[in-house]
Amino acid sequence: MSQKLSNAQIAWRAAQDIADGAYVNLGIGFPEMVAKFQPPGRQAIFHTENGVLNFGEAPPEGEEDWDLINAGKKAITLKPGAAFFHHADSFGMVRGGHLDVAILGTYEVAENGDLANWSTGPKGVPAVGGAMDLVHGAKRVAVITDHVTKDGKPKLVKRCSLPLTGVGCVTRIYSSLAVIDIENSRFVLREKLPSMSVEELQAVTGAELVLPDVIGDLVAPEVS
Amino acid sequence: MDKTVPDLAAAVAGIEDGMVLMVGGFGGSGAPIELIHALIDRFKATGSPKNLTVVNNNAGNGRIGIAAMIDAGMVAKMVCSFPRSADPRAFTEKYLAGEIALELVPQGTLAERIRAGGAGIPAFYTPASFGTDVAKGKPVAEFDGKSYVQERWLKADAALIKAELADTMGNLTYRKAARNFSPLMAAAAKLTIVQATKIVAPGEINPEQVVTPGIFVNRIVEVADAKQEEALMREGVAYA
Repeated sequence: MSQKLSNAQIAWRAAQDIADGAYVNLGIGFPEMVAKFQPPGRQAIFHTENGVLNFGEAPPEGEEDWDLINAGKKAITLKPGAAFFHHADSFGMVRGGHLDVAILGTYEVAENGDLANWSTGPKGVPAVGGAMDLVHGAKRVAVITDHVTKDGKPKLVKRCSLPLTGVGCVTRIYSSLAVIDIENSRFVLREKLPSMSVEELQAVTGAELVLPDVIGDLVAPEVS
Repeated sequence: MDKTVPDLAAAVAGIEDGMVLMVGGFGGSGAPIELIHALIDRFKATGSPKNLTVVNNNAGNGRIGIAAMIDAGMVAKMVCSFPRSADPRAFTEKYLAGEIALELVPQGTLAERIRAGGAGIPAFYTPASFGTDVAKGKPVAEFDGKSYVQERWLKADAALIKAELADTMGNLTYRKAARNFSPLMAAAAKLTIVQATKIVAPGEINPEQVVTPGIFVNRIVEVADAKQEEALMREGVAYA
C-alpha cells in the first residue's frame, strides 16, 4: 500500500469530477484543497456557508480583510461575479438543492450512505457547525478520505460507530485507494489503484465491495 | 422619525437580567464589538445584565467580545453551532466546569430558526440532523418519502448588530461577508440595536441597496472607528 494517493492526489481526483460552472461547497480543512486542482478551462463557483458565492483564493499575508472570510474563518478574495447573502439564504442554497456538489471530510462513512464527521464522542465541547446541513440537498455529496485510520482500521464501514452527521447522504467516496459510489446502500467499486488487487482492497474495507464489469484505474499525477 | 441615540451606553440601555440576546457576526466578521463592550461596561458598573442567553454562531474568541462577556460572568447559556475558535478558553473553561449551558444547533437550522422567529413562523421541518443525536426528542415527519425534523422559531428580547451604513430611519447595509446572521437577528428581536460605521440622512442609501429595512431596527449609534474582532484578536487585545 506504499503507493496510496496523498491527500493532494485525492483532492486532485475529486476535482476531475467537478464540471465547469458547477456550484460547489468544500468543507473546512482537507476538502478546501480540491479548489487548487480544477482542470484547466473549468471554473467552478464556490459557496461558503457564511454568505459568499464565487470566492477565490486567500489574499497575500498582510492584505487580509477580516470581514471577508470563509466558513473556516480564513481570509478569502472575491472573483468577478461574486455575491453576498445572509445565512438563511446561504443554507437555503444548500438544503434547497441548488448546489451541484458538496465535498466533505469524514471519520467514517457507511455502505448505506451514513456519514460520521462531526464528533468522535462525548468528550470536550461539542461543535457541529454547518456539517449536518451540508450533507442534505446538494445533488452530489462526496467525501474525500484516507481509506483507513492512522492505526489501519477501515473508515469505510458497514455501519458507523461514531455519532452521525447525516443518514443515507453520501453518494461518492474518493479515498487514498479507490473511488467508490454508494448505490442501493452498497459500496460499488468504480476505480482502484492499479497495483492493488480487489482482494487487498476488500481486506481494508469494512463492508462488501460490489464489483461492476468495468473497474477503472485510479491514477493521479504527482501534485502537492 | 430618528432612531439615532447619542452614545453606546444609551444604545444598550434596557437589556436586563435573564434576557435572550442575539449578537450578529460569524467569527469576527460582523461582530458588534463596541456594543458588546458597552454592555460589559454596564455590567461592571452595576452588576447587570447577567444570566443572559446569548445567540451567536460561535461562543467567543480570545478575551474580547462575547468571550469577554462570558469571562465577566454575564452569560448563563449559549445557543450556537460552533462553540470553538482559535482561542475558545472563555467558553470552554466555563462549559467544562458546568458554569454555562449550551444549546448546540446546526448552523443552517440556527439561521432558519432565527428567520422563522422574525417571520412569525413558529415551527418548520428541516432534513438537517435527522437520525442524529442532535435530533433526539424532536418531532419528525415524512414528506414525499423523506424524513424531516421539526424545529422551532428562535426569538430574542434584544439584538446587537453591526452595520456599515444606516440612515436615521434604520435602513441598513452591511460590509462584505459581515452581514451573515445580522439581517435575520434584526427581524427576530424585540429591541434591535445597531452600531453603524456611518449614519446618513434618509434617501442617502439607495432603496435598491437596503439589506435590512428600518422596520426591523429600533436604535442606531454611530461608531465611526469600529474595530474588527479578528484584527483585535491578532493584536492580542483583552477587554478586561
